[in-house]
Amino acid sequence: MTSEIVVSSHPLDGLLRADRLPHIWCPGCGLGSTMACLANAIADSAIPTKEHVVVSGIGCTGRVAGYLKVDSFHTTHGRAIPFATGMKLANPELQVTVFSGDGDLFAIGGNHFIHAARRNIDLNVICVNNFNYGMTGGQAGPTTPTGARSTTTPLGNAEPAFNLPHLASSLGAVFVARWTSLHVRQLEKAMRQAMDKQGFTFIEVLSPCPVGFGKSNDIGEGLDEMWMYRNNCVIDPGIDLSRAGIDMKHDSTIALGNFVDIERPAFRPVGGER
Amino acid sequence: MAVAAAERVLTGQHFMNGDTACAEGALAAGCSFFAGYPITPSTEIAERLARRLPEIGGCYVQMEDELGSMAAVLGASWAGAKAMSATSGPGFTLMMENIGLGVMTETPCVVVDVMRGGPSTGLPTLVSQADVMQAKWGSHGDFEPIAYSPASPQEMFDLTIKAFNAAERYRTPVFVMGDEVVGHMTERVTIPPAGEIQTVDRKRPSAPPNDGWLPYAAGKDLVPAMAHAGEGYNIHVTGLTHDERGYPTNDAQVHDRLVRRLSRKVQANSQRICEFEKLYTDDAETVVIAYGATARAARQAVLAARERGIRAGLFRLITLWPFPRGEIKELTNTARRFVVAEMNLGQMAREVERYTRRPISWVTHAGGAMFAPEPVLRAIMEARP
Repeated sequence: MTSEIVVSSHPLDGLLRADRLPHIWCPGCGLGSTMACLANAIADSAIPTKEHVVVSGIGCTGRVAGYLKVDSFHTTHGRAIPFATGMKLANPELQVTVFSGDGDLFAIGGNHFIHAARRNIDLNVICVNNFNYGMTGGQAGPTTPTGARSTTTPLGNAEPAFNLPHLASSLGAVFVARWTSLHVRQLEKAMRQAMDKQGFTFIEVLSPCPVGFGKSNDIGEGLDEMWMYRNNCVIDPGIDLSRAGIDMKHDSTIALGNFVDIERPAFRPVGGER
Repeated sequence: MAVAAAERVLTGQHFMNGDTACAEGALAAGCSFFAGYPITPSTEIAERLARRLPEIGGCYVQMEDELGSMAAVLGASWAGAKAMSATSGPGFTLMMENIGLGVMTETPCVVVDVMRGGPSTGLPTLVSQADVMQAKWGSHGDFEPIAYSPASPQEMFDLTIKAFNAAERYRTPVFVMGDEVVGHMTERVTIPPAGEIQTVDRKRPSAPPNDGWLPYAAGKDLVPAMAHAGEGYNIHVTGLTHDERGYPTNDAQVHDRLVRRLSRKVQANSQRICEFEKLYTDDAETVVIAYGATARAARQAVLAARERGIRAGLFRLITLWPFPRGEIKELTNTARRFVVAEMNLGQMAREVERYTRRPISWVTHAGGAMFAPEPVLRAIMEARP
């Protein structure tokens, strides 16, 4: 018995700009499933869809804004957070999510990240960390592990990498989590939790970039990196975050979890008490 | 943010400096958002607005740098606010990045540059006019900026309102190119009743949200209507070259069409935007062209020349960009010589040269001190036909 499967719609059609698909991401990339998590989180949040805004910087992850059917802003490299800051302050009713990559948020945009977290402005920042600059062809960035090969570190990266949850936590972010593009249920739930929080939240999402990172670092294709997440990740929300750095070696563990969930007054431009 | 107009507009006679007058002009124009970073000699604008904006229900935020300030201004504008920043040369340089984003995404906003001596840190506390070409060419790519040049605290007030109006009408970042002398000079400033101040608001979508709406489709006026975040239009806004849907494209024809429209919406209205002041130019054989603080010295020099029986005139640029090239060309019907006085090494003089093709005396100074009338007067005497 044979039956014809005709796919005429997708559960997320209402939140995707279907006329822009297929997307530009490479086979094996984790961005598609990560974006689906965000779309599901938006759909399942108690906040009306029209109040959701997604702001991105530049890069592969920066293209997420262009595929989501909400008010979406694809800004300059590194400036998604300050753009979102102005938007949130001018209209506090908006639920503003910054969705961008590791190079965008932590190299060129690093200063904005630390100040937005310090202010505790009510933004959700989601960083897809694929350990390299993918859009430009696999160069090293601030999250590239020491020793890793990239097109600009052909002899191995001489620099240490950021430990992003530790950084965010030290700056006072009220919610800090790390998941991977394999852990879609936990990731989606963390996104919804972040949306419900008042203040600056941060989620790091590990994602394969087989073209820019996996193949040149003995990890392989996207699926191989997903297996690595499956085998090496340890859900450990209570971990001492100073020990949560990632080296992406086959015998190392990767700590995941919702590490921080605290309350701290969210930034309001006027009315600070002393 | 419904606020009593009386609080927003400080109607009356004031004795205030140019920076303060600029801040009051912004409020009178409807500004409700300021993001900035302290920098001499513009800081008084931020200080004034840090106090005044909260009073009227607006928002002041001090950002971590000018890169972030400019980004925040754009974000606020898309949330529906009339938004601005104020800075000086070093900060203006950093803002160029997101000024380009503002041009490409057609985001109304105002940037005030109270000019000081450069390059680099230069003369933080002292005057120059050396950023006028940066206003024209500072951000990469092709675009036609709008830039005003106030010559008094009163004009810091008046032209900041006009800058907001132009930004809203043409959906683009607009510059107020002040200078340290005008910014720090204290003079009488008359603030009219709120009802007498003409303000412009951006064009808004005429229909409720629907799937067929094209956020970057422009009509005859070349300016698309602007929907704000949170209104349900599901807009996509990108600094990438985009089509009428706002979607990115690599199509060379779409790119050419878009970039030409961005320029043409200003060029086609240059007669309406351009402002200048003429003094004794009707019969002038020698015309002095000046702007900002320098125009004050140039005026004295022209009056002194007239007293000596010399047929001199003053053409004061009020808009630097678009450059009033038609009017400058027209001057060549009577004028045989031009004197361009400016506190830089000849930035606008070259522009005047392009359109007059007459001998030009450059009276230039790199900045650091206000021009005296004498060097301008000497140039008028030497330039006599």
